[in-house]
Amino acid sequence: MTEKRKAVALISGGLDSLLAARVMMDQGVHVEGINFYTGFCVEGHTHAIRKKDRDRPKRNNALWVAEQLGIKLHILDIIEEYKDIVINPKHGYGSNLNPCLDCKIFMVNKAREWIDDHGFDCIVTGEVIGQRPKSQRRDTLPVVARESGADDRLVRPLCAKNLPPTRPEKEGWLDRDKLHDFSGRSRKPQMALAAHYGFEDYAQPAGGCCFLTDKQYSVKLADLWATRGKREYELDDIMLLKVGRHIRPGPNYKLIVGREEGENRFMEGYRKRFVHMLPTSHSGPLVLLDGEPDNNDIELAARLTARFSQGRDAERVIVEVTGKNGESRALAVKPYPAEQVPASWYL
Amino acid sequence: MKSVDARCLLCPLPVIRTQDAVASLQAGDSLEVLCTDPGAIHDIPAWCRVHGHEVCDINEQEDTITITIRVGSP
Repeated sequence: MTEKRKAVALISGGLDSLLAARVMMDQGVHVEGINFYTGFCVEGHTHAIRKKDRDRPKRNNALWVAEQLGIKLHILDIIEEYKDIVINPKHGYGSNLNPCLDCKIFMVNKAREWIDDHGFDCIVTGEVIGQRPKSQRRDTLPVVARESGADDRLVRPLCAKNLPPTRPEKEGWLDRDKLHDFSGRSRKPQMALAAHYGFEDYAQPAGGCCFLTDKQYSVKLADLWATRGKREYELDDIMLLKVGRHIRPGPNYKLIVGREEGENRFMEGYRKRFVHMLPTSHSGPLVLLDGEPDNNDIELAARLTARFSQGRDAERVIVEVTGKNGESRALAVKPYPAEQVPASWYL
Repeated sequence: MKSVDARCLLCPLPVIRTQDAVASLQAGDSLEVLCTDPGAIHDIPAWCRVHGHEVCDINEQEDTITITIRVGSP
Protein backbone atom coordinates (compact mmCIF):
# COMPACT_ATOMS: atom_id res chain seq x y z
CA MET A 1 0.00 0.00 0.00
CA THR A 2 1.40 3.41 -0.95
CA GLU A 3 1.66 6.08 1.70
CA LYS A 4 -0.92 8.81 1.52
CA ARG A 5 0.46 12.05 0.10
CA LYS A 6 0.34 15.06 2.37
CA ALA A 7 -0.27 18.74 1.66
CA VAL A 8 -0.43 21.79 3.86
CA ALA A 9 -2.95 24.44 2.82
CA LEU A 10 -2.69 28.12 3.65
CA ILE A 11 -6.07 28.75 5.27
CA SER A 12 -7.12 32.39 5.52
CA GLY A 13 -10.71 31.67 6.50
CA GLY A 14 -12.04 32.83 3.15
CA LEU A 15 -13.69 30.85 0.39
CA ASP A 16 -10.75 30.32 -1.98
CA SER A 17 -8.48 28.53 0.46
CA LEU A 18 -11.43 26.45 1.68
CA LEU A 19 -12.10 25.29 -1.87
CA ALA A 20 -8.45 24.74 -2.74
CA ALA A 21 -8.00 22.44 0.25
CA ARG A 22 -11.23 20.62 -0.55
CA VAL A 23 -10.18 20.00 -4.17
CA MET A 24 -6.97 18.37 -2.93
CA MET A 25 -8.88 16.22 -0.45
CA ASP A 26 -11.08 15.04 -3.32
CA GLN A 27 -7.98 13.41 -4.81
CA GLY A 28 -7.22 11.50 -1.64
CA VAL A 29 -4.50 13.84 -0.40
CA HIS A 30 -4.12 14.26 3.38
CA VAL A 31 -4.48 18.00 4.03
CA GLU A 32 -3.68 20.04 7.11
CA GLY A 33 -4.06 23.82 7.36
CA ILE A 34 -1.76 26.65 8.36
CA ASN A 35 -3.00 30.07 9.37
CA PHE A 36 -0.63 32.97 10.03
CA TYR A 37 -1.14 35.62 12.68
CA THR A 38 0.63 38.85 11.71
CA GLY A 39 -0.97 41.27 14.18
CA PHE A 40 -2.72 43.08 11.33
CA CYS A 41 -5.52 40.55 10.96
CA VAL A 42 -8.92 42.18 11.03
CA GLU A 43 -10.56 39.12 12.44
CA GLY A 44 -10.44 38.50 16.15
CA HIS A 45 -9.21 41.70 17.66
CA THR A 46 -11.77 44.16 16.45
CA HIS A 47 -14.55 41.74 17.21
CA ALA A 48 -13.23 41.39 20.73
CA ILE A 49 -12.74 45.09 21.28
CA ARG A 50 -15.85 46.85 20.03
CA LYS A 51 -18.97 46.33 22.05
CA LYS A 52 -21.30 46.23 19.07
CA ASP A 53 -19.14 43.46 17.60
CA ARG A 54 -18.90 41.60 20.92
CA ASP A 55 -22.66 41.15 20.85
CA ARG A 56 -22.49 39.39 17.47
CA PRO A 57 -21.96 35.67 17.21
CA LYS A 58 -18.23 35.38 16.68
CA ARG A 59 -16.13 32.73 15.09
CA ASN A 60 -12.57 32.42 13.89
CA ASN A 61 -13.11 31.78 10.19
CA ALA A 62 -9.90 29.82 9.71
CA LEU A 63 -10.95 27.44 12.48
CA TRP A 64 -14.44 27.30 11.02
CA VAL A 65 -12.96 26.30 7.65
CA ALA A 66 -10.85 23.61 9.32
CA GLU A 67 -13.94 22.22 11.01
CA GLN A 68 -15.86 22.20 7.74
CA LEU A 69 -13.04 20.28 6.09
CA GLY A 70 -12.32 18.06 9.07
CA ILE A 71 -8.64 18.96 9.02
CA LYS A 72 -6.12 20.10 11.62
CA LEU A 73 -5.26 23.79 11.67
CA HIS A 74 -1.92 25.10 12.89
CA ILE A 75 -1.96 28.80 13.78
CA LEU A 76 1.50 30.33 13.58
CA ASP A 77 2.53 33.51 15.38
CA ILE A 78 4.68 35.45 12.89
CA ILE A 79 4.34 38.88 14.51
CA GLU A 80 8.07 39.50 14.96
CA GLU A 81 9.30 38.10 11.64
CA TYR A 82 6.54 39.88 9.77
CA LYS A 83 7.80 43.33 10.77
CA ASP A 84 10.51 43.25 8.14
CA ILE A 85 7.91 42.47 5.48
CA VAL A 86 5.84 45.50 6.45
CA ILE A 87 8.78 47.84 6.91
CA ASN A 88 10.99 46.80 3.98
CA PRO A 89 8.90 45.15 1.27
CA LYS A 90 11.18 44.23 -1.60
CA HIS A 91 8.31 44.39 -4.07
CA GLY A 92 6.77 47.54 -2.62
CA TYR A 93 3.30 48.34 -1.37
CA GLY A 94 -0.14 48.10 -2.92
CA SER A 95 -2.49 51.07 -2.85
CA ASN A 96 -1.95 51.46 0.91
CA LEU A 97 0.76 50.03 3.19
CA ASN A 98 -0.13 46.51 2.10
CA PRO A 99 2.95 44.55 1.01
CA CYS A 100 0.79 41.84 -0.56
CA LEU A 101 3.36 40.21 -2.82
CA ASP A 102 6.09 40.12 -0.18
CA CYS A 103 3.50 38.86 2.30
CA LYS A 104 2.49 35.97 0.07
CA ILE A 105 6.12 35.04 -0.63
CA PHE A 106 6.89 35.15 3.10
CA MET A 107 3.91 32.98 4.04
CA VAL A 108 4.57 30.41 1.33
CA ASN A 109 8.20 30.33 2.44
CA LYS A 110 7.11 29.69 6.04
CA ALA A 111 4.86 26.91 4.74
CA ARG A 112 7.81 25.47 2.80
CA GLU A 113 9.86 25.36 5.99
CA TRP A 114 6.89 23.70 7.71
CA ILE A 115 6.49 20.95 5.12
CA ASP A 116 10.23 20.28 5.18
CA ASP A 117 10.08 19.93 8.98
CA HIS A 118 6.95 17.77 8.98
CA GLY A 119 7.53 15.54 5.98
CA PHE A 120 4.71 16.90 3.83
CA ASP A 121 4.83 16.83 0.04
CA CYS A 122 3.43 20.15 -1.14
CA ILE A 123 1.84 23.49 -0.31
CA VAL A 124 -1.65 24.51 -1.40
CA THR A 125 -3.02 28.02 -1.78
CA GLY A 126 -6.33 29.39 -3.00
CA GLU A 127 -4.68 31.83 -5.38
CA VAL A 128 -6.43 32.57 -8.68
CA ILE A 129 -4.77 34.31 -11.63
CA GLY A 130 -6.03 37.85 -11.97
CA GLN A 131 -7.90 37.85 -8.68
CA ARG A 132 -5.76 40.47 -6.94
CA PRO A 133 -4.01 43.42 -8.55
CA LYS A 134 -0.71 42.97 -6.72
CA SER A 135 -0.12 39.41 -5.66
CA GLN A 136 -2.29 37.26 -7.91
CA ARG A 137 -1.31 38.20 -11.44
CA ARG A 138 0.03 35.95 -14.18
CA ASP A 139 3.46 37.56 -13.81
CA THR A 140 3.56 37.48 -9.98
CA LEU A 141 2.37 33.91 -9.31
CA PRO A 142 5.70 32.49 -10.56
CA VAL A 143 7.53 35.06 -8.41
CA VAL A 144 5.79 33.67 -5.30
CA ALA A 145 6.73 30.11 -6.22
CA ARG A 146 10.34 31.00 -7.01
CA GLU A 147 11.18 33.45 -4.22
CA SER A 148 9.49 31.36 -1.52
CA GLY A 149 11.63 28.40 -2.52
CA ALA A 150 8.50 26.28 -2.93
CA ASP A 151 8.95 26.15 -6.72
CA ASP A 152 6.97 23.26 -8.22
CA ARG A 153 5.80 22.09 -4.80
CA LEU A 154 3.33 24.98 -4.72
CA VAL A 155 -0.10 23.87 -6.00
CA ARG A 156 -2.91 26.29 -6.83
CA PRO A 157 -5.83 23.92 -7.43
CA LEU A 158 -8.28 26.66 -8.46
CA CYS A 159 -6.20 27.90 -11.40
CA ALA A 160 -3.74 25.02 -11.92
CA LYS A 161 -4.76 24.42 -15.50
CA ASN A 162 -3.61 27.94 -16.36
CA LEU A 163 -0.15 27.25 -14.93
CA PRO A 164 2.69 24.84 -15.68
CA PRO A 165 2.32 21.37 -14.10
CA THR A 166 3.52 21.13 -10.52
CA ARG A 167 5.59 18.32 -9.05
CA PRO A 168 2.56 16.37 -7.72
CA GLU A 169 1.06 16.47 -11.22
CA LYS A 170 4.34 15.45 -12.84
CA GLU A 171 4.77 12.61 -10.36
CA GLY A 172 1.27 11.45 -11.19
CA TRP A 173 -0.37 11.54 -7.78
CA LEU A 174 -2.42 14.63 -8.55
CA ASP A 175 -4.75 14.48 -11.56
CA ARG A 176 -4.47 17.75 -13.47
CA ASP A 177 -7.78 17.09 -15.22
CA LYS A 178 -9.57 17.33 -11.87
CA LEU A 179 -8.04 20.71 -11.03
CA HIS A 180 -9.53 24.02 -12.17
CA ASP A 181 -8.88 26.87 -14.59
CA PHE A 182 -10.38 29.84 -12.76
CA SER A 183 -9.09 33.31 -13.61
CA GLY A 184 -10.06 36.93 -13.11
CA ARG A 185 -12.00 38.75 -10.46
CA SER A 186 -15.34 37.06 -10.94
CA ARG A 187 -16.43 35.06 -7.94
CA LYS A 188 -19.00 33.01 -9.80
CA PRO A 189 -16.82 29.91 -10.39
CA GLN A 190 -15.89 29.80 -6.71
CA MET A 191 -19.50 30.19 -5.65
CA ALA A 192 -20.56 27.42 -8.01
CA LEU A 193 -17.85 25.14 -6.64
CA ALA A 194 -18.87 26.01 -3.08
CA ALA A 195 -22.44 25.04 -3.96
CA HIS A 196 -21.16 21.80 -5.49
CA TYR A 197 -19.48 20.90 -2.23
CA GLY A 198 -22.41 22.10 -0.14
CA PHE A 199 -20.58 24.97 1.56
CA GLU A 200 -23.03 27.71 2.42
CA ASP A 201 -22.08 29.72 5.45
CA TYR A 202 -18.59 30.70 4.33
CA ALA A 203 -16.98 34.06 5.10
CA GLN A 204 -17.43 36.82 2.56
CA PRO A 205 -14.79 36.10 -0.04
CA ALA A 206 -11.80 38.04 -1.25
CA GLY A 207 -10.07 40.68 0.76
CA GLY A 208 -10.79 42.68 3.86
CA CYS A 209 -8.82 40.43 6.18
CA CYS A 210 -5.78 42.66 6.71
CA PHE A 211 -5.74 46.15 8.21
CA LEU A 212 -2.83 47.13 5.95
CA THR A 213 -5.21 47.22 2.99
CA ASP A 214 -7.29 49.84 4.82
CA LYS A 215 -6.56 53.43 3.83
CA GLN A 216 -7.27 55.01 7.22
CA TYR A 217 -5.26 52.41 9.05
CA SER A 218 -2.32 52.96 6.70
CA VAL A 219 -2.51 56.72 7.27
CA LYS A 220 -2.23 56.12 11.02
CA LEU A 221 0.69 53.74 10.62
CA ALA A 222 2.51 56.17 8.31
CA ASP A 223 1.91 58.93 10.88
CA LEU A 224 3.32 56.73 13.64
CA TRP A 225 6.51 56.16 11.66
CA ALA A 226 6.83 59.81 10.60
CA THR A 227 6.41 61.25 14.08
CA ARG A 228 8.73 58.74 15.74
CA GLY A 229 11.33 59.30 13.04
CA LYS A 230 11.79 55.58 12.47
CA ARG A 231 9.93 52.82 10.71
CA GLU A 232 9.39 50.46 13.61
CA TYR A 233 6.45 49.14 15.57
CA GLU A 234 5.52 46.85 18.41
CA LEU A 235 2.38 44.75 18.64
CA ASP A 236 0.81 47.23 21.07
CA ASP A 237 1.36 50.07 18.58
CA ILE A 238 -0.49 48.34 15.79
CA MET A 239 -3.23 47.20 18.18
CA LEU A 240 -3.86 50.77 19.31
CA LEU A 241 -4.09 51.93 15.70
CA LYS A 242 -7.18 49.73 15.43
CA VAL A 243 -9.10 51.51 18.18
CA GLY A 244 -10.41 54.99 18.87
CA ARG A 245 -10.24 58.33 17.10
CA HIS A 246 -6.65 59.41 16.55
CA ILE A 247 -6.21 63.18 16.77
CA ARG A 248 -2.83 64.82 16.29
CA PRO A 249 -2.71 68.50 17.28
CA GLY A 250 1.10 68.55 17.17
CA PRO A 251 4.08 66.46 16.08
CA ASN A 252 5.05 65.64 19.67
CA TYR A 253 1.79 63.93 20.73
CA LYS A 254 -1.57 62.60 19.66
CA LEU A 255 -4.80 61.70 21.41
CA ILE A 256 -6.44 58.29 21.17
CA VAL A 257 -10.07 58.84 22.06
CA GLY A 258 -12.22 55.80 22.91
CA ARG A 259 -15.36 55.77 20.78
CA GLU A 260 -17.47 53.44 22.85
CA GLU A 261 -17.56 51.27 25.93
CA GLY A 262 -15.71 48.32 24.40
CA GLU A 263 -12.85 50.49 23.18
CA ASN A 264 -12.63 52.31 26.52
CA ARG A 265 -12.39 48.96 28.28
CA PHE A 266 -9.69 47.77 25.92
CA MET A 267 -7.72 51.00 26.31
CA GLU A 268 -7.91 50.69 30.10
CA GLY A 269 -5.24 48.02 29.81
CA TYR A 270 -2.84 50.62 28.38
CA ARG A 271 -3.52 53.43 30.87
CA LYS A 272 -0.39 52.99 32.94
CA ARG A 273 1.87 53.43 29.94
CA PHE A 274 0.40 56.73 28.79
CA VAL A 275 -0.60 60.09 30.17
CA HIS A 276 -4.35 59.64 30.13
CA MET A 277 -7.51 61.64 30.68
CA LEU A 278 -11.04 60.96 31.80
CA PRO A 279 -13.88 63.48 32.28
CA THR A 280 -15.21 63.27 35.84
CA SER A 281 -17.95 65.92 35.87
CA HIS A 282 -19.65 64.35 32.85
CA SER A 283 -19.52 60.93 31.29
CA GLY A 284 -17.00 60.68 28.51
CA PRO A 285 -14.25 58.71 26.85
CA LEU A 286 -10.94 57.47 28.12
CA VAL A 287 -8.22 59.34 26.23
CA LEU A 288 -4.60 58.20 25.92
CA LEU A 289 -1.89 60.72 25.03
CA ASP A 290 0.76 59.08 22.89
CA GLY A 291 4.01 61.05 22.79
CA GLU A 292 5.54 63.77 24.95
CA PRO A 293 2.96 66.53 25.50
CA ASP A 294 4.00 69.70 27.40
CA ASN A 295 1.72 71.59 29.81
CA ASN A 296 0.07 73.61 27.03
CA ASP A 297 -0.57 70.41 25.12
CA ILE A 298 -2.12 68.85 28.23
CA GLU A 299 -4.52 71.81 28.51
CA LEU A 300 -5.50 71.51 24.84
CA ALA A 301 -5.88 67.74 25.11
CA ALA A 302 -8.13 68.16 28.15
CA ARG A 303 -10.31 70.56 26.17
CA LEU A 304 -10.52 68.04 23.33
CA THR A 305 -11.36 65.31 25.83
CA ALA A 306 -14.18 67.52 27.16
CA ARG A 307 -15.39 68.06 23.59
CA PHE A 308 -16.02 64.30 23.27
CA SER A 309 -17.78 64.09 26.66
CA GLN A 310 -21.43 64.59 27.50
CA GLY A 311 -20.40 68.03 28.72
CA ARG A 312 -19.41 69.21 25.26
CA ASP A 313 -21.90 72.11 25.51
CA ALA A 314 -21.14 72.94 29.16
CA GLU A 315 -19.16 75.99 30.30
CA ARG A 316 -16.70 73.83 32.19
CA VAL A 317 -15.85 70.16 32.31
CA ILE A 318 -13.62 68.59 34.95
CA VAL A 319 -11.04 66.30 33.36
CA GLU A 320 -8.83 64.07 35.47
CA VAL A 321 -5.31 63.93 34.08
CA THR A 322 -3.05 61.08 35.18
CA GLY A 323 0.65 60.99 34.42
CA LYS A 324 2.77 57.95 33.71
CA ASN A 325 3.87 58.12 37.37
CA GLY A 326 0.26 57.50 38.41
CA GLU A 327 -0.28 60.95 39.92
CA SER A 328 -3.60 62.56 39.05
CA ARG A 329 -4.86 66.11 39.00
CA ALA A 330 -8.15 67.69 38.00
CA LEU A 331 -8.35 70.32 35.27
CA ALA A 332 -11.44 72.47 34.78
CA VAL A 333 -11.56 73.28 31.07
CA LYS A 334 -13.84 74.78 28.47
CA PRO A 335 -14.69 72.13 25.90
CA TYR A 336 -13.01 72.71 22.53
CA PRO A 337 -15.69 73.75 20.02
CA ALA A 338 -16.27 70.84 17.64
CA GLU A 339 -16.33 73.08 14.57
CA GLN A 340 -12.94 74.53 15.46
CA VAL A 341 -11.11 71.20 15.53
CA PRO A 342 -9.13 71.30 12.26
CA ALA A 343 -9.91 68.38 9.96
CA SER A 344 -6.17 67.91 9.50
CA TRP A 345 -5.84 66.86 13.14
CA TYR A 346 -7.90 63.73 12.52
CA LEU A 347 -5.79 60.83 11.31
CA MET B 1 -1.72 20.48 35.94
CA LYS B 2 0.08 22.78 33.54
CA SER B 3 -1.39 26.27 33.26
CA VAL B 4 -1.19 28.95 30.55
CA ASP B 5 -1.82 32.59 31.34
CA ALA B 6 -3.34 34.20 28.24
CA ARG B 7 -5.09 37.01 30.10
CA CYS B 8 -5.14 40.39 28.33
CA LEU B 9 -4.36 38.70 25.02
CA LEU B 10 -6.85 38.90 22.19
CA CYS B 11 -7.69 36.00 19.91
CA PRO B 12 -6.07 34.24 18.23
CA LEU B 13 -3.16 34.66 20.67
CA PRO B 14 -4.85 32.62 23.46
CA VAL B 15 -5.34 29.83 20.90
CA ILE B 16 -1.69 30.04 19.86
CA ARG B 17 -0.53 29.93 23.50
CA THR B 18 -2.77 26.88 24.05
CA GLN B 19 -1.41 25.21 20.91
CA ASP B 20 2.18 25.82 22.02
CA ALA B 21 1.52 24.42 25.51
CA VAL B 22 -0.27 21.32 24.22
CA ALA B 23 2.71 20.55 21.96
CA SER B 24 4.80 19.72 25.04
CA LEU B 25 2.14 17.53 26.69
CA GLN B 26 1.23 13.86 26.37
CA ALA B 27 -2.15 12.33 25.55
CA GLY B 28 -4.27 12.30 28.69
CA ASP B 29 -2.51 15.30 30.28
CA SER B 30 -4.61 18.27 31.36
CA LEU B 31 -4.06 21.94 30.67
CA GLU B 32 -5.68 24.99 32.24
CA VAL B 33 -5.88 28.16 30.13
CA LEU B 34 -6.67 31.52 31.73
CA CYS B 35 -7.96 34.21 29.39
CA THR B 36 -10.00 37.39 29.27
CA ASP B 37 -11.03 37.66 25.61
CA PRO B 38 -14.57 36.25 25.33
CA GLY B 39 -13.66 35.09 21.82
CA ALA B 40 -11.55 32.38 23.43
CA ILE B 41 -14.74 30.65 24.60
CA HIS B 42 -15.46 29.89 20.94
CA ASP B 43 -11.98 29.66 19.49
CA ILE B 44 -10.20 27.38 21.96
CA PRO B 45 -12.95 24.71 21.86
CA ALA B 46 -12.98 24.98 18.04
CA TRP B 47 -9.22 24.46 17.97
CA CYS B 48 -9.60 21.50 20.36
CA ARG B 49 -12.27 19.91 18.15
CA VAL B 50 -10.10 19.98 15.02
CA HIS B 51 -7.15 18.52 16.91
CA GLY B 52 -9.04 15.89 18.89
CA HIS B 53 -8.60 17.37 22.36
CA GLU B 54 -11.37 17.48 24.94
CA VAL B 55 -12.65 20.61 26.65
CA CYS B 56 -13.48 19.44 30.18
CA ASP B 57 -14.66 22.70 31.66
CA ILE B 58 -15.21 26.39 30.91
CA ASN B 59 -15.49 28.53 34.01
CA GLU B 60 -16.14 32.28 33.95
CA GLN B 61 -15.45 34.25 37.11
CA GLU B 62 -15.56 38.04 36.94
CA ASP B 63 -13.37 38.89 33.93
CA THR B 64 -11.33 35.69 33.85
CA ILE B 65 -12.29 32.66 31.80
CA THR B 66 -10.67 29.35 32.73
CA ILE B 67 -10.76 26.61 30.11
CA THR B 68 -9.60 23.13 31.10
CA ILE B 69 -8.45 20.80 28.35
CA ARG B 70 -7.54 17.11 28.26
CA VAL B 71 -5.02 16.37 25.53
CA GLY B 72 -6.09 13.80 22.96
CA SER B 73 -4.03 11.32 20.99
CA PRO B 74 -1.91 12.77 18.19
